[in-house]
Amino acid sequence: MNIVVCVKQVPDTWAERKLKQGDATLDRESVDGVINELDEYAIEEGLQQAEAHGGEVTILTMGPQKAADSIRKALSMGADKAVHVLDDGLVGTDGLQTSQVLAQVLTRIGFDLVIVGSESTDARMGVMAAMLAERLGVPQVSLASKLEIDGQAVKIRRQTDYGYDQVEASLPAVVSVVEKINEPRYPSFKGIMAAKKKPVETLGLADLGIEADQVGLAGASTEVVSFAQRPPRQAGTVVKDEGDGGAKAAEFLAAQKFI
Amino acid sequence: MAEVLVLAEHANGEVKKVTFELITLARRFGEPAVVWTGPGAEGARDRLAEFGAAKVYVAAGAEFAEYVTTPQAEVLASLVAEKSPAAVLVAATGEGKEVAGRLAVKTGSGVITDAVALDDGLVAEQSIFGGSIVVKSKVKTGTPIIAVRPNSVTPQAEAGAADLVALDVQLSDAGKGAKITETVVQERGERPELTEASIVVSGGRGVGSAEHFSLIEQLADSLGAAVGASRAATDAGWYPHQFQVGQTGKTVAPQLYLAVGISGAIQHRAGMQTSKTIMVINKDPEAPIFELADFGVVGDLFKVVPQLVAEIGQRGQV
Ligand SMILES: Cc1cc2nc3c(=O)[nH]c(=O)nc-3n(C[C@H](O)[C@H](O)[C@H](O)COP(=O)(O)OP(=O)(O)OC[C@H]3O[C@@H](n4cnc5c(N)ncnc54)[C@H](O)[C@@H]3O)c2cc1C
Ligand SMILES: Nc1ncnc2c1ncn2[C@@H]1O[C@H](COP(=O)(O)O)[C@@H](O)[C@H]1O
Repeated sequence: MNIVVCVKQVPDTWAERKLKQGDATLDRESVDGVINELDEYAIEEGLQQAEAHGGEVTILTMGPQKAADSIRKALSMGADKAVHVLDDGLVGTDGLQTSQVLAQVLTRIGFDLVIVGSESTDARMGVMAAMLAERLGVPQVSLASKLEIDGQAVKIRRQTDYGYDQVEASLPAVVSVVEKINEPRYPSFKGIMAAKKKPVETLGLADLGIEADQVGLAGASTEVVSFAQRPPRQAGTVVKDEGDGGAKAAEFLAAQKFI
Repeated sequence: MAEVLVLAEHANGEVKKVTFELITLARRFGEPAVVWTGPGAEGARDRLAEFGAAKVYVAAGAEFAEYVTTPQAEVLASLVAEKSPAAVLVAATGEGKEVAGRLAVKTGSGVITDAVALDDGLVAEQSIFGGSIVVKSKVKTGTPIIAVRPNSVTPQAEAGAADLVALDVQLSDAGKGAKITETVVQERGERPELTEASIVVSGGRGVGSAEHFSLIEQLADSLGAAVGASRAATDAGWYPHQFQVGQTGKTVAPQLYLAVGISGAIQHRAGMQTSKTIMVINKDPEAPIFELADFGVVGDLFKVVPQLVAEIGQRGQV
């Protein structure tokens, strides 16, 4: 089985993330880049499925030069090879265009199963599985907290607002995973050494036949009008429980007219 | 006046409150036209009329409820082509956002997710990076598709005709790829829905066990609140996942949020920090959640919560 896992490098959630004053794009230089946390679950799921059913796991990343570090980490977890879409023309690319670039690569390299994270911690759109499925014309089995593959059949447990749905489709398909699906492994020392020799293909826009005006800030389908730091919350009152903590809390609620 | 399409969210014939919020919002930008997929539109019509729906486009076939996101996207795409609406509004739920994504590809339109307000000119306000930055942006290409977070708007009644318009559409074969074979609803008592509630009481690892979550439920019930949980609590299986608040759970912005035995990791804060008033009960005075607290009690939740429940019982809830 030919499994492709889409992995995005994002600024560390714990760091202070900023937008750039000029073009309101994410300041990716000033903070550490890490693998989007949800994509670690996608990688783990890809590895487990390949271990169970045979096949290869390819990492697909679109991102700046420093995203190469995240690709190496994914390879050290056990993926076989990677494709890095790297082009200065991609700065400011939005979700819709990203899906076009990723779909183009997927069509070119071929796949049985595409796995993405349910959302990225920076953009938080949660649209990629749907957009890729739409572009590729294959079923979307998304928000999976459980994934089973049996021959050509794919079954997932889809996390919903009220519980879950059971969903069935057949390969090829696009899956998105939620963080309940597995426990991502840490790279082993052997894995880290082996990753250094694994092939990474770098593709630019020209290689993919994508015109520069279709992507990047110029081709973006949305634009930022303004942005501002939210004023910090006003410091509140904190009391220590001296046997009357519940009563004091009730007083506060009454003063605020909640009770 | 151009139409503004509003995708109805409904389950078992019951319309979700967010749909009324979207209709209320849509009225400012055009004629609100609800789009309904699957059975149940007739029964919902009166409610939709109450909030000012001018029309209700209905794709009633059972198959429109049996596949993952393709039915809604196909119906919306055909209406976008036919009616050239001013915008399409969907709820920013997991499914709503996926429908928006598909529709964006189908119509070559820009999409904005998790909007919390819409200004004139369909400028959408979003709260990003765990709520630390407020961004205003708009769609440049195609028909603006905007996924609006539940509880961002107060639904306001205004009479509408809610004319039912049956659509003559068939689901394409390509749209039948991912079939829903079973739907499981995990209810936890008759409480307000998490994203719609005006008060939310959430429990975390400090609660200690599934049994002890009854303490959180009692506090919630004394306030007429919804129950939420941190990821530590849902991962441990103490409470079902759909009650998780945070980055990979639900985003809530109630009038009052009570965090009990929750440390306040950034991923948790991302889902609750725009709440109006925040109250914290935690035994560790250093827990980062206190930074957000309007009122905090440093203490053992097993002592503080029962006392609070008793006090509320005496004073009565408003
Ligand atoms: C990709 C990703 C996504 C995530 N998404 C989410 C998400 O959506 N939602 C979420 O919540 N987290 C999420 N997390 C996890 C998050 O980082 C934290 O691990 C989690 O929020 C911790 O939950 P907690 O506060 O309940 O537990 P802890 O951090 O362990 O805190 C427990 C708190 O309870 C207090 N306590 C203990 N006993 C008592 C007592 N008897 N009385 C009073 N207080 C007591 C302790 O002082 C402590 O502050 C995510 C993490 C990742 C990597
Ligand atoms: N630039 C990118 N390169 C590779 N994968 C991506 C990229 N952007 C998004 N993805 C994938 O799409 C998922 C959802 O992202 P999003 O829709 O931005 O929330 C991520 O978890 C990744 O798997």
